[in-house]
Amino acid sequence: MKTCKEVHRMVIEGQDRSLSFFERMAIRVHLMMCGACRRFEAQMDFLRQAVRRFPGD
Amino acid sequence: MSDAVFHAELDQLRPTLMRFAVLQLRDEQSAEDAVQDTLLAALEGKDKFSGRSQLRTWVISILKNKIVDRIRKRVREVPMEDLGENEDEDFDSLFAADGHWQSKPANWGNPAASLEQSRFYDVLELCMTALPEKLARVFTMREILEMETDEICKELAMSSSNCWVVLYRARMRLRECLQLKWFGDDMKGASE
Repeated sequence: MKTCKEVHRMVIEGQDRSLSFFERMAIRVHLMMCGACRRFEAQMDFLRQAVRRFPGD
Repeated sequence: MSDAVFHAELDQLRPTLMRFAVLQLRDEQSAEDAVQDTLLAALEGKDKFSGRSQLRTWVISILKNKIVDRIRKRVREVPMEDLGENEDEDFDSLFAADGHWQSKPANWGNPAASLEQSRFYDVLELCMTALPEKLARVFTMREILEMETDEICKELAMSSSNCWVVLYRARMRLRECLQLKWFGDDMKGASE
């Protein structure tokens, strides 16, 4: 099982390159069990959505 | 839409376009030029504007292209130096030695609640303005202008690991800033 630190790194790398199947699986398994990393992933998704919608409607 | 109405509506958008361009280009004069080019292109392309999307959305997409052109040109003139820093230090402050979070990330709630509020975009603008120029430049290319990471690294003549560190730092700073200024104490946009 990956640590939060390792998953954090993969989640953030996933913003800038496409992750391999195994990386995606490792993230999924970890997120199922880890609320802190789920929140971080949600924050990164939110940030992307927000910036891409900037300056708003 | 008559020409007169079209011109008036474009004119109304000018301050928004200017703010957007200044934020991306960090230079009043080239922002002014990019906006000028955009308004001209909008006038010339009026027939292509079908009215299916909002005028504002359409004009901003033109402006994004004009900004990309300028950034590309500028990059060729002034290459960006390597940061030559180590991302491990960045991680170390967030995590304990055993790889766990030092402090659990906050729950930002339902994103839509924030994204629908125009005040949110003011805060986001504030946070983006606060980014150091180097980080802002790379982050803008990636997220606002939606360029691929490889292309950005190549344009900026940066190694991909360096490029990555810069993007990482920009994201983490924005996260911190939004946490502080938007999701802070009273959790304005979100619900726990």
